[in-house]
Amino acid sequence: MNTKLLDPTNESRVATMEMVGRPESLKGLTVGLLDIAKARGDVFLDRLEERLSEMGADVRRYKKPTFTKPAPVDLRHEITTQCQVVIEALAD
Amino acid sequence: MTRDGAPRLPDGLVIVVKRECETCRMVVPVLEQLRNTSAVTIYTQDDPLFPDGLPSLHDGDLAVSWHHEIETVPTVIRVENGNEVARTIGWVRDEWETVTGVGGLGAGLPPFRPGCGSMSVDPDLEHRLAVRFGNSVLGARRVEIAGGEDEFEAMFDRGWTDGLPVVPPTEERVLRMLGGTTRAPGDVVAVVPPDLVEVTIEKIAINAVMAGCKPEYLPWVIAAVEAVCNDTFNIHGVLATTMPVGPVIVANGPGTRAIGMNSGMNTFGQGNRANLTIGRAVQLVVRNIGGGRPGEVDRATHGNPGKISFCFAEDETGSPWTSLAVSRGVAPGVDALTVFPGEGPRCVVDQLARDPESLCNTFAACLRTLHNPKSVLAFDAILVVGPEHARVFAEAGWDRDRVLAELHARLQIPGSELVRGANGIAEGVPAHLKDATLPKFRPNGILLVHAGGGAGLFSAIIGGWANGNMGSEPVTKEVGR
Repeated sequence: MNTKLLDPTNESRVATMEMVGRPESLKGLTVGLLDIAKARGDVFLDRLEERLSEMGADVRRYKKPTFTKPAPVDLRHEITTQCQVVIEALAD
Repeated sequence: MTRDGAPRLPDGLVIVVKRECETCRMVVPVLEQLRNTSAVTIYTQDDPLFPDGLPSLHDGDLAVSWHHEIETVPTVIRVENGNEVARTIGWVRDEWETVTGVGGLGAGLPPFRPGCGSMSVDPDLEHRLAVRFGNSVLGARRVEIAGGEDEFEAMFDRGWTDGLPVVPPTEERVLRMLGGTTRAPGDVVAVVPPDLVEVTIEKIAINAVMAGCKPEYLPWVIAAVEAVCNDTFNIHGVLATTMPVGPVIVANGPGTRAIGMNSGMNTFGQGNRANLTIGRAVQLVVRNIGGGRPGEVDRATHGNPGKISFCFAEDETGSPWTSLAVSRGVAPGVDALTVFPGEGPRCVVDQLARDPESLCNTFAACLRTLHNPKSVLAFDAILVVGPEHARVFAEAGWDRDRVLAELHARLQIPGSELVRGANGIAEGVPAHLKDATLPKFRPNGILLVHAGGGAGLFSAIIGGWANGNMGSEPVTKEVGR
């Protein structure tokens, strides 16, 4: 006889999303740099900002309040409405 | 008195009995008497040949008893046009005569005798019957395991386990588990990270079955899920961190003893079902509902074995101090638990201290090394004092506050020992703090607990994770029903 079990999972289906196409050039695009608030992440992002600016990108900086929690909804919204490209960096 | 889908009862008198019941056997002459005057249908629950010499129908699958909510045998029901119009239970002569409309019943019998429990409300059967006949109150998707498939392997294959086998969550087991709480299966308890999905009582019960819990543990599991799934405890970060921490559950209150939790010998170890399965159920909820799995959002460099389960009770009856829960604002005698983002325990050995000052010196020296001897303020710790060590404080009359004050006083560290590079260790605080004095712990950063076996001059330290708003704050929650 078959056994029926109750599903212990959240039963949600994973939504699949298309990746945005890679831009040919960053020139004139707004690039967001999200600092997750880990020590010395800023050192890495400062250098990235320099390099990206040289390439003609308009760089904007963002920072999570703490690396231990997901970025607040408002911050994510701000980034998606202001940027075409975003780089999230982890430093440890 | 009937449930949906009930089989129609024949008109006249319906009498439900079982041979095992002495009162049922006693009223057999009355049943014979009634057959002479009325249309009588007898349903027998156990022995199809009972009552001897009288025609009866065997309610072998208990469909009639369950649907017509028979709780006691004998039960007499008067049925007109297929509808129940009167009912009596047990043997009460007056009531039988009223319901049946027949006088002079059971002349030789006592006027009153209580009946016995119906098989349809037998605790071992009632959940099976609810599954068989009921319109299920449970909403979870049913997953059918084919007859030839090993159900334990099937659960591993579906990724439902923590690496150990789990108990198959059948509807019958989950219904029995839900008997451990008064809350409705559909009640939402929390939103579980990292997938941020609402978890219901039913889903917690399913995972509690899998963990091996008894129904009486369920309120503790529910409270622990509530305690970890919030921005204060931040189970998202506790799960995602590369550090080796997981939710450590410290249980307080008389309920810990009622459900048989271990606060004594080997309290962190193997062998106690309540300790191990409550902690395990919480982690299964994080895994199965929250989607928090090792190698995915769980990024621990090493992890620790306590991430399967780390849950224990405080020994309150033998403690010289107020309990951890009371020190955190819970009224005495109330069941509560405290969740702490902790690593595995380490042992503190001091066989010689007979005065509290000396013992505090040992504790402070060991606490000083937590995570790194040069790390300050970033991490909390639970100090679990064993009974033989606690006795030293009890004899000296040191209460909880005194012990904590003495420890904090010994953990004020000169900045010169902590700055980067000091003692040949690159790790440390910035150089400008070299003239400061820095505390190892924030003011509420040591949680004092009394637990462990009666023999052994040992205590234990459970190290924490990034504390406060930046990481995780311990959370204390009362346990409801």
